[in-house]
Amino acid sequence: MARRSPPISRPSTGEVVSAGLTATLVLAATVAAGTARAELIGDAEAGAEIFGLCSGCHEVGKGAEDGIGPHLNGIFGRKAAAHPDFPYSASMERAGVDGLVWTLETLDAYIENPAALVSRTRMSFQGLADAQERADLLAYLRTFSDDPANIPEAAPTARATDHDVSPEILALEGDPDYGEYLATECLTCHRQDGSADGIPSITRWPEEDFVVAMHAYKEKLRPHPVMQMMAGRLSNEEIAALAAYFKDLE
Amino acid sequence: MKLNRRAFIGTGAAAAATISAPHVMAQGAGRPRVVVVGGGAGGATAARYIAKDSDGAIDVTLVEPSRSYYTCFFSNLYIGGFKDIEDIGHTYGTLAAKYGINVVHDWAVDVDRDAKTVRLAGGNMLGYDKLILSPGIDFVEESVPGWDLSAQNAMPHAYKAGSQSELLKAQVMAMPEGGTFAMVAPPNPYRCPPGPYERVSMVAHALSEMNPTAKILVADPKRKFSKQALFEEGWRNHYGGMIERIGPDFGGGNTSVNPAEMTMDIDGIVEKVDVCNVIPAQKAGRIAGIAGVTDGRWVPVNAEDLSSKADADVHVLGDAAAQGDMPKSGFAANSQAKVCAMAVRGALTGSRVFPPKFSNTCWSLIDTDDGVKVGATYEATEEKIAKVDGFISQTGEDAATRKATYEESEGWYSGITSDMFG
Repeated sequence: MARRSPPISRPSTGEVVSAGLTATLVLAATVAAGTARAELIGDAEAGAEIFGLCSGCHEVGKGAEDGIGPHLNGIFGRKAAAHPDFPYSASMERAGVDGLVWTLETLDAYIENPAALVSRTRMSFQGLADAQERADLLAYLRTFSDDPANIPEAAPTARATDHDVSPEILALEGDPDYGEYLATECLTCHRQDGSADGIPSITRWPEEDFVVAMHAYKEKLRPHPVMQMMAGRLSNEEIAALAAYFKDLE
Repeated sequence: MKLNRRAFIGTGAAAAATISAPHVMAQGAGRPRVVVVGGGAGGATAARYIAKDSDGAIDVTLVEPSRSYYTCFFSNLYIGGFKDIEDIGHTYGTLAAKYGINVVHDWAVDVDRDAKTVRLAGGNMLGYDKLILSPGIDFVEESVPGWDLSAQNAMPHAYKAGSQSELLKAQVMAMPEGGTFAMVAPPNPYRCPPGPYERVSMVAHALSEMNPTAKILVADPKRKFSKQALFEEGWRNHYGGMIERIGPDFGGGNTSVNPAEMTMDIDGIVEKVDVCNVIPAQKAGRIAGIAGVTDGRWVPVNAEDLSSKADADVHVLGDAAAQGDMPKSGFAANSQAKVCAMAVRGALTGSRVFPPKFSNTCWSLIDTDDGVKVGATYEATEEKIAKVDGFISQTGEDAATRKATYEESEGWYSGITSDMFG
């Protein structure tokens, strides 16, 4: 499966995104992104336009504050109802207490049908049925989360599709036994238990995301010198083996 | 895992149970036996991986005298006040309890390679099919005239972490106002190439906070040293004129000390100093010589499995090994241990053996949030472990990069210590 192109660039965080996007733009984006099937990570540029549906109530970006709805900076990895002074609905408060954390999956479910995830939520939004639009919107929101825990790519590797990886490479079947040996080298720094202090977690990523990220280091598209060096000498088969091993690591 | 009482008691109980066995220790009936000597970055990692990946099929005994192990890596950060001593202390309770490793707290004092036995100071004998030696370093006698191990309280080396680190730190703290901290730096090759210079940075950090008119004097037999441009830039930026390094062109290689008088003689010029950190020339830990696998100061090994060139059933890891291009670092020992563990497991149980890969990264802290790093990847060739590719932090990097590098080093510390101790 080919990855989505063109690459996502981080939108400017220099200003609060205003509510001024027009319905025309939203419609255009909707049409352009009108694929039936959602991809895990969407197109942040398209998502920026879809955010026009939200920006009447929610601010995001530098200087964003709570308004009618809470601001959405750092939403990924945050517990539900986490802003101390925001008047959340009782059901959202309870969801937070019960352990609801905003991840790619939970946000996707919430945006698809808010009341289905958090009944009696105060968010008066009907939901976004199109999976691709939700993926795009979340890709956009994710660019405002510095430490997006619980999503496939943790900081500082939190970039969505960096580049195209050929379908042949993505189709490679990794040998998890070989991956287990190769992984010993990763585990000098990355924690086997998936904790991510100072060094990101690499366990339980979707295989394809893992492969794409490693090839981005190999091609020196991602900037980290240690990772460029480590990935630089891994063959396509070795990257596939690592992806196969880490996806199931408990 | 950091030091805590429960883990400590756990290790003690496991060890006591083992030691109460008769003269020849009971080792797993019928299973192949691996004895690992030395519980540091090489030995602990090798023991853990062999036990973990063989799933009980191999009987693994780890011989390590210390119940509490203090990592040399990050011990400079303790001296600089960035870490507590507990932060760098670890115990072997998890290796015993979770992985079923026989952890024996004793000294290995003899190796009989014909009989394939290791004798312990307590009198017990351990039989092995494969022996892994990861004994770290010992010091070359007479390498710094005037200094020997009996002087290590007056002039600490602090190059094996723990009480020596605590002593050196206490001496730095007790320096008189405007006093002198001296270091005798070691000749190549030695454990942790950036270590002495990170230590100078950490001492400078501590002194600049509480004793800013103090001086640091380094006598160095080497013209060049690891990350030199990065350290020298950092010293200029953070510590003004506090640090003076005297290289071999100015007599730094001709240094002797007098621990009774607390003086250092650099090429005929005698200095009275308040603290003197003597880091002597180094050689493979003593047991390697006793086992008869050394050639000169170190143990020549084959690159593909870290086996001794003198004995295919003896593997030597980390600082003690003369393996080629890898530096003597904890990271390197850990990397070699995993290659060795795979090879040993393959030889004893027929498990799959893959082409080895080696890597190393050494982080150093120059001042608060000013971390730098150097690293490389390596491959096994016929003749040695050979460098493939590498990188180093750049001078003039911005503060955010340096801070991220330091945070990364903290992440690495928790990663590698989990990889060693479970």
